[in-house]
Amino acid sequence: MDFNDIIRPENKVYSRPRLLTDNITHYCPGCSHGVVHRIIAELLDEMGLEDRTIGIAPVGCAVFAYNYIDVDWIEAAHGRAPALATAASRLNPECLVFTYQGDGDLAAIGTAETIHACNRGENIVIIFINNAIYGMTGGQMAPTTLLGMKTATTPYGRRVDLNGHPLAISPLLAQLDGTCYVTRQSVHTPGAVRKAKAAIKKAFNNALEKRGTSVVEIVSTCNSGWKMTPADSNKWMAEHMFEKYPLGDLKNV
Amino acid sequence: MEEVKLMKGNEAIAHAAIRYGCDGYFGYPITPQSEVLETLAELMPWETTGMVVLQAESEVAAINMVYGGAATGKAVMTSSSSPGISLKQEGISYLAASELPALILNCMRGGPGLGTIQPSQSDYFQATKGGGHGDYHLIILAPATVQEMADFVGLGFDLAFKYRTPSMILADGIVGQMMEKVVLPPQRPRRTEEQVREQCPWAACGKGTRKHRNVVTSLELDSAKMEVNNLRFQETYRRIEENEVRFEEYYTDDCEYLMVAFGSIARICLKAIEEARAAGVKIGLIRPITLWPFPKARIAELAAKTKGVLVVELNAGQMIEDVRLAINAPTPSVHHFGRMGGIVPNPGEIIDAFYSHYPEAKA
Repeated sequence: MDFNDIIRPENKVYSRPRLLTDNITHYCPGCSHGVVHRIIAELLDEMGLEDRTIGIAPVGCAVFAYNYIDVDWIEAAHGRAPALATAASRLNPECLVFTYQGDGDLAAIGTAETIHACNRGENIVIIFINNAIYGMTGGQMAPTTLLGMKTATTPYGRRVDLNGHPLAISPLLAQLDGTCYVTRQSVHTPGAVRKAKAAIKKAFNNALEKRGTSVVEIVSTCNSGWKMTPADSNKWMAEHMFEKYPLGDLKNV
Repeated sequence: MEEVKLMKGNEAIAHAAIRYGCDGYFGYPITPQSEVLETLAELMPWETTGMVVLQAESEVAAINMVYGGAATGKAVMTSSSSPGISLKQEGISYLAASELPALILNCMRGGPGLGTIQPSQSDYFQATKGGGHGDYHLIILAPATVQEMADFVGLGFDLAFKYRTPSMILADGIVGQMMEKVVLPPQRPRRTEEQVREQCPWAACGKGTRKHRNVVTSLELDSAKMEVNNLRFQETYRRIEENEVRFEEYYTDDCEYLMVAFGSIARICLKAIEEARAAGVKIGLIRPITLWPFPKARIAELAAKTKGVLVVELNAGQMIEDVRLAINAPTPSVHHFGRMGGIVPNPGEIIDAFYSHYPEAKA
């Protein structure tokens, strides 16, 4: 077959989503963020939401999310994304407002904002990337870091007596009357990516239908912070992270 | 239409916000300013103008809600008192850095720490010198009357949108709590979505028909670009300093001595000055209305023709530093009289303080 036949549009099976920009990524090779960004970009296009979406970026590795997904963005202070989203959503009720936050942002410094936005049932979507480590600042302990896990601030491996327990925050959020959908997904296999995409789509629809707060936790890898290859990270995640953070819906009403 | 009412300064803030066409208020209870949120809740503007009113889970959340709302081009505000304003400094710095308009009320109480719920002016440094991290200024309006509380809501929002920088009403607890006659402005409609988009082409409110995305951020890791951002902020501050200095003067035509005071204490100074003048002592008063930008030139001009200056504040001596910088000369002498911890002096104490520094005036 001739090259020009191969690149015919009808033969195309895969391309960059229209709303994913071609800016050079700052994410490490193998990082889960890129896959989740792609899912969001695909959905915003497929659902026709480009013109009425406001994304709220966190502090952490995803601080530059606004460079990659071609919609309006507001960059929040560390942990405050749900507070920004609350106001952006209430003042612009026709818009889809979503936050994109890591574990340190959402479950440590922003715990109060997270819990109260969820408890008020703000019509927003919270995308929660849980990779059990602070990636951007160089691999320090996160609230979700597993016991025994070595990080820059727990080089001995996280210990209960020194560092307390890993925090599973999604089950807490599922208890709140304001959440309508809390789910835990991953993006380490093609099947998992498809499920995660369906979950985020459901979450976006919930927000558009004003059904309350939806939280989609993505149990993720940080191969740089974990000091593993991307393939080993996926394996390690499945073997260790899923025990503490099992996948599936925690709440779906 | 305009309405004449008797109410507290904090209540006037709430009424004026609705009448201005404010889009959203986000606050947290703290004495002595809780009447702002209480009055808004009682007036239920979401059923009339569509204004959003939300009691946040913390001061930190409230100011970040203001940040989120302001980033979408809406006219949004918060209010608090000293300890709460300290908590808000994170968001205030982000608002300034992202060049967002917003209005913040600080109804000051005595500090430091939890301090007291009684009135004070001890947040002057915090308000006028930045408060949060980074090189920035807020436009600081200091009301002395309930009428000014109402008027400065509109003025504060207008200036914030004109210069794309947050404004703060820096009121002492007296102005927030006392009741006076106030003329409330007529009700203005809130801006339509189209008007918001036209006035704020930078707003992240959904692309709509815009071809490009808007990103509101205070982050710029490239130092060369971050310096350019800072230079732009400073240029804005220079324009504000050139155009927005506000003050009032009393008895300055023939004054031999000058008092400088802001907020409610300026009114007590005025009473003291009137009593002194009855005894033939020629004191004048300048009341800075904008504490930043500070009326440096006028204070220097007035001081140059006087024998002495007394700065009267409800703090240990904060504005006096700006007065001294404004005068920047060995004469006249500049002294301070202040009470702290929520104590408000009467006219007699102020005059006694004046004579203690300038005994020759009495003769």
